[in-house]
Amino acid sequence: MSHPTPEELNAKAHAALAQLEPRITQLKPKDRLAIPVQEMPAQDPHVRRHNIQEVAVGYTAEQARAEALRCLQCKNAPCIAGCPVRINIPAFIQAIVDGDYQKSVDIIKEASLLPAVCGRVCPQEEQCQKPCTVGKALKDCNQSVSIGRLERFVSDWEREQGKIKIPTVKLETGKKVAIIGCGPAGITVAADVRREGHAVTIFEAFHRPGGVMLYGIPEFRLPKVIVQQEVATLEKMGVKIQTNFAVGRTRKLLDLIKKDGYDAIFVGVGAGLPKFMNIPGENLVGVFSANEYLTRANLMRAYDFERADTPIFRSNKVAVLGGGNVAMDATRMAIRLGAQEVHLVYRRTEVEMPARIEEVAHAKEEGAIFHLLQNAKRIIGDDKGRVTGMECLRYELGEPDASGRRRPVEVKGSEFIMDVDTVIVAIGNDSNPLIRQTTPGLEHNKWGNIITDDAQKTSLDAVYAGGDIVLGAATVILAMGQGRTAAAAINKLLAEKMTQPAGR
Amino acid sequence: MNKIIKKTQLSSDVFQLRVAAPLIAEERKPGQFVILQLDNEFGERIPLTIADADQKAGSITLIFQVVGKTTRRLAALKEGENIVSILGPLGQPTHIEKVGTVVCVGGGIGVAPLHPIAQGMKQAGNRVIIIMGARTKDLIILEKEMRVIADELILCTDDGSAGRKCLVTEPLKELCQREPKPNLAVAIGPPIMMKFCAATTRPFAVPTVVSLNTIMVDGTGMCGGCRVTVGDKTRFVCVDGPEFDGHLVDFDNMMQRLSAYKDLEKDAHHKCRMEMEIKKLKATTP
Ligand SMILES: Cc1cc2nc3c(=O)[nH]c(=O)nc-3n(C[C@H](O)[C@H](O)[C@H](O)COP(=O)(O)OP(=O)(O)OC[C@H]3O[C@@H](n4cnc5c(N)ncnc54)[C@H](O)[C@@H]3O)c2cc1C
Ligand code: SF4
Ligand code: FES
Repeated sequence: MSHPTPEELNAKAHAALAQLEPRITQLKPKDRLAIPVQEMPAQDPHVRRHNIQEVAVGYTAEQARAEALRCLQCKNAPCIAGCPVRINIPAFIQAIVDGDYQKSVDIIKEASLLPAVCGRVCPQEEQCQKPCTVGKALKDCNQSVSIGRLERFVSDWEREQGKIKIPTVKLETGKKVAIIGCGPAGITVAADVRREGHAVTIFEAFHRPGGVMLYGIPEFRLPKVIVQQEVATLEKMGVKIQTNFAVGRTRKLLDLIKKDGYDAIFVGVGAGLPKFMNIPGENLVGVFSANEYLTRANLMRAYDFERADTPIFRSNKVAVLGGGNVAMDATRMAIRLGAQEVHLVYRRTEVEMPARIEEVAHAKEEGAIFHLLQNAKRIIGDDKGRVTGMECLRYELGEPDASGRRRPVEVKGSEFIMDVDTVIVAIGNDSNPLIRQTTPGLEHNKWGNIITDDAQKTSLDAVYAGGDIVLGAATVILAMGQGRTAAAAINKLLAEKMTQPAGR
Repeated sequence: MNKIIKKTQLSSDVFQLRVAAPLIAEERKPGQFVILQLDNEFGERIPLTIADADQKAGSITLIFQVVGKTTRRLAALKEGENIVSILGPLGQPTHIEKVGTVVCVGGGIGVAPLHPIAQGMKQAGNRVIIIMGARTKDLIILEKEMRVIADELILCTDDGSAGRKCLVTEPLKELCQREPKPNLAVAIGPPIMMKFCAATTRPFAVPTVVSLNTIMVDGTGMCGGCRVTVGDKTRFVCVDGPEFDGHLVDFDNMMQRLSAYKDLEKDAHHKCRMEMEIKKLKATTP
């Protein structure tokens, strides 16, 4: 099967529209359901294996229109209920049909702060597109309206126009808020709190803002200019960003209130503690956490062999352990960094993989070799301590476990050796203990996640938290959703403080 | 942005920088380190121990040896110029208490991070014996500063150009044989030196603390690149360390991990030298 070019896909959309336009005002649901799903134009897999540029290139205007016309404008709009931040989906899609892209973006931005990001990385098939009436009618979730692609289309349009609106900021209130961590959660709180006129400073440990969007999710899936744009918007609103500042080390969390006079704090420090397998050989040279591998490649730009000072391991045969988005990103990055073979090793089957369907498909197209129902038992090294192989075990699916997924059980005596020189461990993240260890009284659960109430308030006065540090490794949209809730609570708290008589 | 207030050359390839970093100066404790970067686009992040700090002046002191691209560029910076990014203070501070007699062993550049620890140990009321080792006389740093602290100071060089001609492990062993033997040893220097210091004190059961300087990326526990095997556990040097029980550290594994990118670095070094040669040629040819 040859890879369809963007031109071919646009021609298809053009043809579909040509049929519809004469009776565009009288389209019946039947007609809409008959419009084929508009495929996302993407770089040819043989080409993109060797570059770092974005894989999906985005809908053309005609494709967007054709896709938008598939929406039935359901009265009950089940898609909205599936969206964690309740974007008015039918309304923004209708605006695309009407050709009013600005209105479309405005509708999305009422609910979501990072549409260009979410349109790219949200697991739509698990969220808005899952209950979509079109998908249900066609008995296939993959046939649902491509809400995410449309969201991306209009937000890209806005950026390309150079028309990103800077939200208006109310008069300065004299209150100040500290935000710890500049990932999607922190960015969202910063924008919502700043709008009310409070002074906002974001403290970020790394030298550049963006969180996982910058150091974890690779350029080929989320171009960094998009993240930079969002951060630039914040700065234009007057948000201060203090990089190279690790709260808990550079300053203790509560000192921000006691010594520096902040009125409220939001903790959005992400998950950020890589899990390892705890198997023999895991500290050999050539074994990496996905966090390390991806941070070197993304944030430190090690993919740019010529210019970057940060080195990255040159591999021939790589094994990636895991089945989530992180594993797919590591796999696809290793391919781009020139590995001859990249083997993805996952304990369960493809159905159970937590990665987005699109990512799994892309990884396969790019040549990743999947080993399902297998797992690493031991990593083997030579006398220099470098990886030379990995002993694996085969598994079969047994009884369902507590999560309802069938539990993989090992097949006795099924050990075999996989010939690899690099192993990337991508089995998830626990929560980073830095803040909790240096902040007495900040309650957390047994996994180290900070405990909050429904308004995202922690056990400490005026301290709120959200995103992965509360949810465990989750998603951009959920981090953003919690950020919005926290911001509302912080704004309320500060409004109350301001109406109290002075001196109290 | 952190301004370089003062730059001093301590030996042929060892430099001392006093850098403006008020917040770090305020919070730092002996044993902690920073991660710095000279270029936020393509620069690498390297850990350096904080050798000293002046809270009032809002400055920290860094001492480093030129070993790679970043340290070479760092050494080329002048007073008044800026270091783009410094993150810190990182790591767990040294556990300082009165235990009796403490032997502080510093090898080469390791004397720099050892200095604040020796100072702290002395202030806590310990008797402090310092062993300083270097390849040759010219490479000895901070001798004066250390003499001020030490109740007893033993200098050794590999070639005998200053002090005793021996490795630091020799006087360390003698001290362990003395009665009463030291209550604690702190060894900081090249991994191989720390390995043999730990091997020297082990038979005498003298608790030995070592400070590890592994490859790091974030320095906040996020990547695991700095991990080492201690006992049968994996520990992250940047958050669990940098100091560990020397008798439990798997130094061989640590040294192998340190050399993970050696081949690539050689390439880069080679390229850099070539470029310099080419530049020279261009400058001399009309
Ligand atoms: C490789 C990878 C791929 C992913 N793919 C997807 C995807 O396709 N779709 C999706 O929805 N989600 C994806 N995720 C998950 C998603 O990125 C996270 O859920 C989301 O970024 C969490 O946002 P956050 O704001 O809570 O934290 P983060 O994005 O982790 O940001 C936290 C920030 O806080 C900083 N920080 C940490 N400690 C401190 C401190 N002590 N002081 C100051 N700053 C500190 C960190 O440096 C970081 O910048 C992926 C994650 C990874 C790692
Ligand atoms: S459920 Fe699907 S068809 Fe219905 S409004 Fe939402 S996107 Fe449109
Ligand atoms: S340097 Fe990344 S975890 Fe220690």
